[in-house]
Amino acid sequence: MPGQQQLQDIDMRDDTPLTGISAYDNEGYNATDEKERVRVLAGATETAASFQFDGEDHTLGNALRYMIMKNPDVEFCGYSIPHPSEDKMNLRIQTYDNVSVYDVLEKGLNDLMEMCDVVMDKFTIAREDFQAAMQQEA
Amino acid sequence: MPTPTQEELRRRKIVNITQETVENAASTDYPGHWPGENHAWDLDLFKENLEIQFHANEPNDLSFSLIGVDTSVANAFRRIMIAEIPTLAIETVFSTQNTSIIVDEVLSHRLGLIPLRGDRNALMNLKWYRRPDPDDPASAESPESQYFDYNVCRMALKAKCTWKEGGKQLAAKGETDPEKLYNNHTIYAKDLKFLPYGAQEQNWDPNDPLRAIHPDMLIVKMRPGQEIDMLMYCWKGVGADHAKFSPVATASYRLLPTIDILKPIIGADAKKFAKCFPRGVIDLKPVTAAEAMENPDLHGKEGENKAVVKNAFRDTVSRECLRHAEFKDKVKLGRVRDHFIFRVESTGQWDSDQLFLESVKLLKVKCEKMKRGLNGMMR
Repeated sequence: MPGQQQLQDIDMRDDTPLTGISAYDNEGYNATDEKERVRVLAGATETAASFQFDGEDHTLGNALRYMIMKNPDVEFCGYSIPHPSEDKMNLRIQTYDNVSVYDVLEKGLNDLMEMCDVVMDKFTIAREDFQAAMQQEA
Repeated sequence: MPTPTQEELRRRKIVNITQETVENAASTDYPGHWPGENHAWDLDLFKENLEIQFHANEPNDLSFSLIGVDTSVANAFRRIMIAEIPTLAIETVFSTQNTSIIVDEVLSHRLGLIPLRGDRNALMNLKWYRRPDPDDPASAESPESQYFDYNVCRMALKAKCTWKEGGKQLAAKGETDPEKLYNNHTIYAKDLKFLPYGAQEQNWDPNDPLRAIHPDMLIVKMRPGQEIDMLMYCWKGVGADHAKFSPVATASYRLLPTIDILKPIIGADAKKFAKCFPRGVIDLKPVTAAEAMENPDLHGKEGENKAVVKNAFRDTVSRECLRHAEFKDKVKLGRVRDHFIFRVESTGQWDSDQLFLESVKLLKVKCEKMKRGLNGMMR
């Protein structure tokens, strides 16, 4: 009878205690698909290749494109999202003679990571300075 | 190797804004673009040129300038803040009783949109909820098979509307104020109660329970005899999946505006010019004797008011000044391509400044993951 029902707790299965797993994995929402999320598309050579990234979009695509274009060994770099309903991002890299596209891609990722560290440091310092200045004013 | 002059560097940095068009929008600081110039990535140079200026730093309102990064990078931070930083929100609702006028699915949706807050530490330690594996018959049968105290929080909403004592008589006399007639006729977000379970009972700060950020959000109105009794499960998600998981109300940037007055604007024109901009952008200053001597356009205008740029930061770049013939060729509007004025307004689960730091961290994590994928790839 409606109104007479009591709130029934849903039984929850006990789980084995967490050991060895970091509490906050910080791996992003698609962390389960850790398996190959990058692949080389057909027709690649050592100096020209198209990479396909699963689950990435303009966020990484454009930033990475910028970093790779900053590399003097790169003749061309561009990215595209072939279809809006497919969760894929394509990145094309062409390099000058005797430069491996794989090395260029890896350098791009490394540079981007180093840049993130610099931004984080500067932001933290600027925030501290600002807070100190605000406290002095008050 | 030729090094461009400061003037040339500034010219390259400015996006021109004309009456109908935007010019020079794309950045050109790439190797090979300018003959003989080196524009290769240089971390030390980046470190030297990067500047961050704070304008305001409140938990729900952060404003700062990020100067010296490319648009693609600033945009990546903005996009991550909106769509990829996880927050906790109500995701499944078990409705035991709902005789209110809002149907179950609509009410559930409303509940999902309520922004939540609580013990920051406990929220940080909360892990991702994984949907049951459809191939595993043991876990696939029910969504709750994956509910654990480390990835899901439980909340309850239970209320029943009744007549107040003597309410019926009052109503018969023509009283219509629900406050005088009924108990529990309005249900607010503050009526959501946190039900910690398992390890949450120890780990969650009892003084900072999971609750709605804005206690006075109206969820539903009821009348006597109506009742709701709901059990809710909240878990972590990202804005890319549903906007309710987005940690920000706003995360946006604009480019620093520039106003260059090429020829002096004097007298009544100066006043009109100042009115083309928001207050505080243009100042009026009397022409000094020295200026009147030096500049042929100012001969004999000593003491008259002249328009000067006081604070371009406050300009909204409305382009109003470009519509008037008297200012033709006297003013140039632009924006600095690498000066991003960020504005971040958190919904409250995070602090705004933390959100920006988290976005930088997440971009780095993205790169790390891709690097791992690259290393595992067959070359």
